[in-house]
Amino acid sequence: MSVRKNPILLESSHLLIPAILLFALYVQFHGDYGPGGGFQAGVIFASGIILYTLLHGTKRAEKVISLNTAKVFAALGLLLYAGVGVFGIILGGNYLDYNVLAHDPVHGQHWGILIIEFGVGITVAGVIISIFYAFAKFKK
Amino acid sequence: MIATHYPILQVVIPLIAAPLCSLLPRSKLPWLLATVVAWIAFAISISLMLQVKDGGTLSYELGSWPAPWGIQYYIDTIGAFVLVLVTAIASITLLASRQLVENEIDSSKHSLFYTAFLLCLTGLLGIVATGDAFNVFVFLEISSLASYAMIAMGDNRKALTASYEYLIMGTIGATFILIGIGLLYMQTGTLNMLDLKARIHEVDSFRSIHAAFAFFTVGICLKLALFPLHHWLPNAYAYAPSVVSIFLAATATKVALYLLYRVFYTIFGFEFSFDLLHLGYILLPLSIIAIVMSSFTAIFQPGVKRLLAYSSLGQIGYMTMGIALETKAGLIASIIHLFNHAFIKGALFMCMACLLSRIHSTRLVHLAGAGRVMPWTSAAFVLGGLALIGVPLTSGFVSKWYLILAILEKDYWWLAVIVLFTSLLSVIYIWRVIEQMYFREPNEGCVGIKEASPLLLACTWVMVLMTLYFGIDSRYPIEMATVAAQALLE
Repeated sequence: MSVRKNPILLESSHLLIPAILLFALYVQFHGDYGPGGGFQAGVIFASGIILYTLLHGTKRAEKVISLNTAKVFAALGLLLYAGVGVFGIILGGNYLDYNVLAHDPVHGQHWGILIIEFGVGITVAGVIISIFYAFAKFKK
Repeated sequence: MIATHYPILQVVIPLIAAPLCSLLPRSKLPWLLATVVAWIAFAISISLMLQVKDGGTLSYELGSWPAPWGIQYYIDTIGAFVLVLVTAIASITLLASRQLVENEIDSSKHSLFYTAFLLCLTGLLGIVATGDAFNVFVFLEISSLASYAMIAMGDNRKALTASYEYLIMGTIGATFILIGIGLLYMQTGTLNMLDLKARIHEVDSFRSIHAAFAFFTVGICLKLALFPLHHWLPNAYAYAPSVVSIFLAATATKVALYLLYRVFYTIFGFEFSFDLLHLGYILLPLSIIAIVMSSFTAIFQPGVKRLLAYSSLGQIGYMTMGIALETKAGLIASIIHLFNHAFIKGALFMCMACLLSRIHSTRLVHLAGAGRVMPWTSAAFVLGGLALIGVPLTSGFVSKWYLILAILEKDYWWLAVIVLFTSLLSVIYIWRVIEQMYFREPNEGCVGIKEASPLLLACTWVMVLMTLYFGIDSRYPIEMATVAAQALLE
């Protein structure tokens, strides 16, 4: 029996994949209080998609996130990160100065790190999914 | 004022343009964006250079965290000088690149190619602009990873192995640099270069500082392709797409050399590097071997791109020889040659791109009679070649003149003989190309070929005219090099 028709694998993946994606978001947004952050969250999120692709093939996976979408995400995350830095300049601070992002510097720092880590997460997820697709779809 | 943010904008504008570039469709828009961004970076670097040309410095604190805790960008004369050089070459190369990329790279990869180019530019500018040792490593990785990807895009399958070889060697080099940074951080507790300079002499355990120095030297020399760590370079330059050959040959090793100045003079200081550890005793023989060996190897190359790559190895030897002389005059000669050689090699690789766009080969035998069908390209190659040899009225002469003056100041007359002898070797390998171009009957493949496209030719001639201009009026590089050397030795 091929892997893709194995009911145990399919059912357990249906249980696991939503939990993996949710856990990725937890690691992402809880990163400033506990262990975690954008890089780890991005990898965990991508691993959920990779598990789905392994069981259902690239064709169905690309209906969820296509290669082009993944590439766009990879670019958007970096733009978000660098954009926050430039926003700091526009608000009168230095590049990547979070103090000026909110009225209170402590809040500003909080917002800044949250947004740039989200940018890291998006880029890492996008890049890892693109790399995986590039290998999965490779034909001689 | 926006001008106070120039040190960071210099690096961030190409960084933001890179992901935007990857989102743009087809080939024309990414090219336009990349070219405009490179010219903006060039304008910024000129403005920075005007602020520091008399020996002043600029500093910028990222996130407003004060140095040495936060990351500090620090631009002095040598930094601004190299920034101008890198952005100038990038602007001219990108302007000329449209047709070359169209010819040599698969159309689905065009926007990604320009993305990689901009990332490589970001990395090179970042290495120069930053004053933080760890930041140097990060930017080194950005520029290296982008250049591995660009080299692998060459249309010959050997480009893949060349890129892989560079990947392995480059990663070892970067790891060595990282270990060096780690050892320094462990001993001093700081990553800021100026702070490192102040604290490094307070450290008790000299052994780990010596080890850090050794790791830095070997790691950077790998990136610099100094003999015997040069094996990755000829293949990487020969099989890369011609745009990449032009850009990397003119800038990548120059930025590595800049890093060498920073480590030897700024972080460890002259007394430590040369009086205590006698770096010159190692660097001088290696430079001599690099020059002699690569000049001989260049003579026997069947492909002109490889020939030029080996010649680059020799020219790197002249630059490190300047450092190895352990004098101010030597350092000045090294900096002048860094600047002049970038334009000379840029011009010569630009000629290769012109030839490749019409003859589709740069093997010596296929270039027979190229002088008749492509007179402007061939003339540009002759002038570039003369500059490489060091004929008067070209910038190559100015470099050699200052190098020989510095050598004679030390009474190393035998070294002056070696420099003159290796210049004669470069006459031989340049002459082999000129002979094929002008004194052979054209091949069948050469018949009916037209001159390269006007834009490409114009960019080639801009580079050639730069080498001629700086050969006649060499005040700018000499003044900048003198001020920079003074600041480095303080």
